[in-house]
Amino acid sequence: MAQQLTAKEPTAEQIADQKIYTQFGVTDHEYELICGFLGRLPNYTEIGVFSVMWSEHCSYKNSKPILKKFPITGPKVLMGPGEGAGIVDIGDNQAVVFKIESHNHPSAVEPYQGAATGVGGIIRDIFSMGARPVALLNSLRFGNLENARVKYLFENVVSGIAGYGNCIGIPTVAGEVMFDESYEGNPLVNAMCVGLIDHDKIQRGVAKGVGNPVFYVGPATGRDGIHGATFASVELSEESEEKRTAVQVGDPFMEKLVMESTLELINSGIVLGIQDMGAAGLTCSSAEMASKAGNGLELYLDEVPQREQGMTPYEMMLSESQERMLFVVAPENEAQAREIFERWGVICAKVGKVTDDGRLRLFHQGEEVANMPVTALVDECPVYNKPSAEPAYYAENGALDTTYEEVTDLTGTLKQILGSPTVASKEWVYNQYDYMVRTSTAVQPGSDAAVVTIPGTRKALAMTTDCNGRYVYLDPEVGGAIAVAEAARNIVCSGAEPLAITDNLNFGNPEKPEVFWQLEKAADGMSDACRALDTPVIGGNVSLYNENAKGAIYPTPVIGMVGLVHDVNHITTQRFKSEGDIIILLGETKHEFGGSEYQHVLHGKNEGRPPQLDLAVEKTLLSGVLGAIQQGLVASAHDLSEGGLAAALAESCIGGRLGADVNVVTNLRPDAALFSESQSRILLSAKPDQAEQLKTYLTEQGIANAQIGVVRGTDLTININGNPGIAAPVEQLEQVWKDAIPCLMK
Amino acid sequence: MKFAVLVFPGSNCDIDCYKAVENAIGQEVDYVWHTATDLSAYDAILVPGGFSYGDYLRCGAIAQFAPVMNEVVKAAEQGKFILGICNGFQILTEAGLLPGALLRNKDLKFRCHSTLLEVVNNNTAFTNQYRQGEIIDIPIAHGEGNYYCDDETLAKLQANNQIVFRYKAGANPNGSVDDIAGISNERGNVVGMMPHPERAIDQLLGSEDGLRMFTSILNAWREQHGAAVNG
Repeated sequence: MAQQLTAKEPTAEQIADQKIYTQFGVTDHEYELICGFLGRLPNYTEIGVFSVMWSEHCSYKNSKPILKKFPITGPKVLMGPGEGAGIVDIGDNQAVVFKIESHNHPSAVEPYQGAATGVGGIIRDIFSMGARPVALLNSLRFGNLENARVKYLFENVVSGIAGYGNCIGIPTVAGEVMFDESYEGNPLVNAMCVGLIDHDKIQRGVAKGVGNPVFYVGPATGRDGIHGATFASVELSEESEEKRTAVQVGDPFMEKLVMESTLELINSGIVLGIQDMGAAGLTCSSAEMASKAGNGLELYLDEVPQREQGMTPYEMMLSESQERMLFVVAPENEAQAREIFERWGVICAKVGKVTDDGRLRLFHQGEEVANMPVTALVDECPVYNKPSAEPAYYAENGALDTTYEEVTDLTGTLKQILGSPTVASKEWVYNQYDYMVRTSTAVQPGSDAAVVTIPGTRKALAMTTDCNGRYVYLDPEVGGAIAVAEAARNIVCSGAEPLAITDNLNFGNPEKPEVFWQLEKAADGMSDACRALDTPVIGGNVSLYNENAKGAIYPTPVIGMVGLVHDVNHITTQRFKSEGDIIILLGETKHEFGGSEYQHVLHGKNEGRPPQLDLAVEKTLLSGVLGAIQQGLVASAHDLSEGGLAAALAESCIGGRLGADVNVVTNLRPDAALFSESQSRILLSAKPDQAEQLKTYLTEQGIANAQIGVVRGTDLTININGNPGIAAPVEQLEQVWKDAIPCLMK
Repeated sequence: MKFAVLVFPGSNCDIDCYKAVENAIGQEVDYVWHTATDLSAYDAILVPGGFSYGDYLRCGAIAQFAPVMNEVVKAAEQGKFILGICNGFQILTEAGLLPGALLRNKDLKFRCHSTLLEVVNNNTAFTNQYRQGEIIDIPIAHGEGNYYCDDETLAKLQANNQIVFRYKAGANPNGSVDDIAGISNERGNVVGMMPHPERAIDQLLGSEDGLRMFTSILNAWREQHGAAVNG
């Protein structure tokens, strides 16, 4: 082995004696294991490579036992977790590819670039599978929007997402934004990308064929993003600000060129294996590609395009410079590959070779600078079964009474809820995103799920992201199941059959038993719901250590779900369509205020138990509503969520610029009937001549349904058992709802 | 009739323009690379939206130097129809084919939504299928759509009937001078506009008010070439 290259890098002995490895998050035990795999002490480059490969971000060492709980197979699943993204069959030799990924920590310290590179990374995951990206979504969480720092983060995260997605020309069609104190200092930025692919074009990240050359594509490697994966695997602290250098800088124009040239390369049929360089850059892509093929890999680091002078092997291997890919072709196809990238003006460099020795060997300036077994890097990281303990708050909350004193100013309460940033219109956000480029967006942001047509077919894709972290905090198991059920409800309300999910597990520090308990329970709930609703988990991402000085964020397992619209005629939106249409409420309302927007707005609390969920009831509801939509019986469909029935009615009125006359017959207190967030409820409207047929059908399907009113006029009037409840001009409600976020951001 | 859709590195509405020609009027259409040096085969040239060269400099400032732009200038002189949409409009102003410039939106934010336009001049090759003064629904998606020109130029545009589209009164989304959404050159064969007609050719996606821009071009071309020519 060569000696250390630069004086400033510590020697293998110094690393051992001074326990320098602990700075990279490697424990004493892990260090011993690494020494065992190598049969000697690792040098600086090697410990760097091991530390990122064994970080939670790359190895899932803390979350593996959790991820095992998820159902990952199904008749339509063509590729489950493990590759860049999961793939689901949609018929006619086509498939949908999608994945969600977090960029929480980078966005907390450098919101514009953190969010932008999150978008860039997830797009690469999709096109590296060979798929054409067709839509982007995002799920965002911030603290209280009255706070100046929160405003800064919100403004710049949205700008960063817009800056990247708009430039590369992939529409940002859906998402969600919620605000709660628990995310103060630790915002969540989860980006999802959806792509389309033909079955025979599906790629894998494998370094196939001993002796084949390995190519690097994309801009030169710089010193940015070094140890990004490690940074993502610790709690945020005051020192995090100093880790700004661990945040990468995005170049969407370059990614556009890399995407087009890569897709052209893949379509040429000569690619044997391809993977993007995401977290841990060159290290992770090369080790994983070798591991998946059961091969080894040699990298000649002098050939790696470099943006800066004097870069060390350590820096090159750990850099997370953006917009880079690694691929393998047979030697005879090298010229063809190079020609494609030359035409697009994208750097393509031969940087390595596939070997049969199962080792990742790095060469620099004529010497071997690292030599590590691939399996040790990829597969041998120890898996931890962290201790789990039910937090004290869980039992305390169970004993709380959250029925609260009755509220009588129901119109005022509705306005308060509509003006709460979590419920308020997100137009301020999505008008900054180009959601129409590619001219396929049939349902734009603002409805339950976005719908994107599939060119050349009658089919379309519905997509959504969902999670209510307050519910998950109050009861992780129920809250986890609700996140999946709500996503499915949004998909069905758009006229689509739910296909599968990708999930982003945003949690606190898993080394704390109470956090690990949340993770376990949430995964149990999600798994149950995925099984019940036939929506397997085809991939996802884990983001742990989302904490700050004030503690952990609410556990937030964001669900990204995609559904198939079998015929564009089935596409349905939440807005009321025509004067005279009949309004029907499905499902059963209970007095459930735990975790609700009502509770948050009126009492400033998040306590008690969240609404309960019966998965059998949910399943019946979803298949019945989808059936009704497919039979053409439904004019509008809207899932009831934050703010309950009153908020849903207001949103359907605002969207349709129509009023509604509603009377709810109920045994509940009026405020509960209007604002409870009971699950498995959907608001439908139907043409007057179809309403009876719809109700009969729903009743036959075993779905509780009640005709509660008529679309009419310009006011929203909701009576309870014939007594006045809510009355307001829709225009007034719209103003409250639309002005809330712009006013706060002024 | 044969259309060219120019492709610069970073163009991203090229596909939408191509599809619009195919679906709306069923005419022949080719993607033409920024390096092309011959446009003689084409009757109309669409300069699409996107972020040419990343728009890291002033929008369109680098694209004007692409080899194909010399040919676009020639085509304009020959009286061929040239339509620049969004980034394409920016490129045409940078190339000097249209007067004025596109500044950042007055609220400094990218804005994407449907907008109502008034057809100010329906006597062009691009708008002959609209009624004068008709209000149409065409979406915008831009960060730099704030059209600016000096008073003298504006007076000329007004006098020569070169203002093709205005944002509906009170609904100017970007602060542009005189609510201008699209203009033509003096001869009327080159039009630039910020709104995207190619995004408004299918009711399923929200509006089909852009369809008639494409039928207008075909109509104008047929008139130019006499009824004997089959388009």
